[in-house]
Amino acid sequence: MITFENVSKRYPDGTEAVAELSLEAPDAAITVLVGPSGCGKTTTLRMTNRLVEPSGGRILIDGEDIRSRPVAQLRRGIGYVIQHAGLFPHRTVADNVATVPRLLGKDRRAARKRSMELMELVGLDLAFADRYPHQLSGGQQQRVGVARALAADPAILLMDEPFSAVDPIVRKSLQEQFLQIQAEVGKTILFVTHDIDEAIRIGDKIAVLRKGGHLAQFAAPRDLLEKPADAFVEEFLGLDRGVRRLTFISASGLSLHTDALVKQGVEPTAGQLEQPWLLLVDDAGTPIGWIDPRSPNAAPIPIGHPFIAGGDSLRAALDAAVLCPTGWAVGVDEQGHAVGVVSQEEIAVAIREAHRASLEAV
Amino acid sequence: MAATGIFDMPSYVQSSYLGLVWLQLEVSLGATLAGLVISLPIGQLCSRLPKLYPATLGIVTLIYSIPSIALFVLLIDYTGESETTVFIPLTLYTLAILVPGVVDGIRSVPRDVLDAADGMGYGRIRRYLTVELPIALPTLMAAVRVAAVSSLSLMSIGATIGNYGGFGDLFLLGLRFFDNRLIWVGLISLLVLSVLCDLLLRGAQRLLTPWARSLRGAS
Amino acid sequence: MSLFNYLRQFFENPSYHSGYDSIWTRLVEHCQYSAVALLIAVVIAFPLAVLSGHTGRGDGAISVIAVVGRAMPSLGLLVLLAAEWGLSLSVTMIPLVLLGIPPILLYTHAGIRAVDPAAVDAARGLGMTPWQVVRQVEIPAALRLILAGLRAAAVQIVATATLAAVVSFGGFGRYIIDGLYQYDYAQVVGGAVLVAALSLVTLFVFWLLDRLLVSPGLRTR
Repeated sequence: MITFENVSKRYPDGTEAVAELSLEAPDAAITVLVGPSGCGKTTTLRMTNRLVEPSGGRILIDGEDIRSRPVAQLRRGIGYVIQHAGLFPHRTVADNVATVPRLLGKDRRAARKRSMELMELVGLDLAFADRYPHQLSGGQQQRVGVARALAADPAILLMDEPFSAVDPIVRKSLQEQFLQIQAEVGKTILFVTHDIDEAIRIGDKIAVLRKGGHLAQFAAPRDLLEKPADAFVEEFLGLDRGVRRLTFISASGLSLHTDALVKQGVEPTAGQLEQPWLLLVDDAGTPIGWIDPRSPNAAPIPIGHPFIAGGDSLRAALDAAVLCPTGWAVGVDEQGHAVGVVSQEEIAVAIREAHRASLEAV
Repeated sequence: MAATGIFDMPSYVQSSYLGLVWLQLEVSLGATLAGLVISLPIGQLCSRLPKLYPATLGIVTLIYSIPSIALFVLLIDYTGESETTVFIPLTLYTLAILVPGVVDGIRSVPRDVLDAADGMGYGRIRRYLTVELPIALPTLMAAVRVAAVSSLSLMSIGATIGNYGGFGDLFLLGLRFFDNRLIWVGLISLLVLSVLCDLLLRGAQRLLTPWARSLRGAS
Repeated sequence: MSLFNYLRQFFENPSYHSGYDSIWTRLVEHCQYSAVALLIAVVIAFPLAVLSGHTGRGDGAISVIAVVGRAMPSLGLLVLLAAEWGLSLSVTMIPLVLLGIPPILLYTHAGIRAVDPAAVDAARGLGMTPWQVVRQVEIPAALRLILAGLRAAAVQIVATATLAAVVSFGGFGRYIIDGLYQYDYAQVVGGAVLVAALSLVTLFVFWLLDRLLVSPGLRTR
């Protein structure tokens, strides 16, 4: 657990980067520090491993003041990932990853073995081990950065906008893989970003900071979306706050119509011809397209994209329904085989139900 | 020797103080200019055909590494003991500074600026003179300054082959005739001249690139 | 080509084959002056440059030193010190060392400043002490430029050592100076060619060092 007690940072020229910040970042969870530029999020992160010294207050790790130990020792127990990876250009990927184990005295062979383990963990082809950073793409370099931070198995990980310097597609994949890794390793993570969507996507708890280093709100993503503390947080969250809240409600409660599915080459039954739309599937069950029962021989209408019936959120279901020209969403299982279909209207009912349930829970 | 003013040269110097200043400037700055004239097309070529650059750079670096006295004396056989024998090697030495200077200057012009000029219908020559050269100027001028100061200093070694070393002559003559004052005069004059040239060229650079004034100049 | 003839004449002259004026003796002298001067220049300039590069201070001072180093005539300095302080080997070594310092300062400082700041920040954040950052990250990453500075210094020193013959010292410059005074052009050519060859060998040595010591990760071309 990382505890901030009235931590502040004032620079000699008078700028106040962080003002009396107090919060507790829980163990084995991702705490995101998010806010506009100048809000002190990076400064706060860098105070945690003493790259910046606080002007006031103290920071405790598991109850121990971080100033009580020699600074190099402190840092070797904390993983550090930064925006442009900061890999050592003159060292191979494997040597980069092995940095902290070597600093801690591990011998070359053991350290290299550890490097390989970590490269696998972060999804890097082991063939890259003896390549140099300049031969890797931006996304690959970031993975090496994460591997390097995890090499000595620190309890805490500090991450400063680690996915901001890569393009959006790579970023999404890095975020997903990162969450998978965290599920495996369960580190206590402080994550800085300026992107509220990223914060909501990966954070377990989010600290929204205002310019000048003031804490505006500290809450779980769902609570943040439902009850923003003030106008600043509301504005920072953005206009589609309502739709985004739906990401936290599972679609598994939706009842899907299984009777609208028609296998290719099979005649629809009389009952099926009463349906507004029929979903054509192939022998395996993979959806092909929508058919209007009144003109069954016309070309099938594409389904857009489906949502995963068991696992996706209401937002994904709604999105699938809105995207589809027919206004219906296709629910599939993990293998992509159709499970059932549901209409926009039915999803709307589900949303209203969820809203009522959350109000009652208050 | 009777006490004489700083700027009075003993008879064996065979030149007045101002004569030495003039000679020094004429040969050194002349060589720098000649070097620039040669470097501009070479540098242009190297930036057009990047494969040529490493080899070209290698050659000029090689030449630059050969001690000046060696080049001076080797040329005696062809150009005798004259100003030209000093002028040619000095020019060759400036190439090691100016060719990279030209290439770096050209490379410092952003691609999109060139595209914009093309898009506006600038002809090749007009683009070169009104867009590329002005933007490349700061980098180029920095190299010219370095080349000028180096040439001023290197020229003094020409004194070893006769009296074509400008103020360098005073070093050897002062040594031979046990006149330390002469050595000091030569050394200080040369240093002052170098500083003045450097300042003048910096001034010229600022005049020619008014838009770069707010940026830190390349040194 | 008459230069070739002069050269052949020089190499066939037995007085240069052994004894105090032999090519080998002069070579050893030249190398000794140069190596010692380079070593001292490195000992003085390298730590200073690493410090100023690492802390980021001293940009201005180093620029000034670079300009002064460039403007300082080697011959003038040699002659002045010999005239004022006498003809001794240690006095002659001073200009050699002084002229080797500016390139080492300039290139090493620039090289360390050019190291990716993110890499340096990561190094600190991961737990390297300042000394470890310098030794394990900054210097290796800056090695190309550091070697370039050493090379420039070596070339400058070899050239200045040639001129030491003007103030009565040995080395290959001896042939040039003696030859000029004795109107023995063969000696002059011999000395000049030997000195040129030595400079090229110096370049080659540093090219080799670059190939051997610089990490492949730094060769992005």
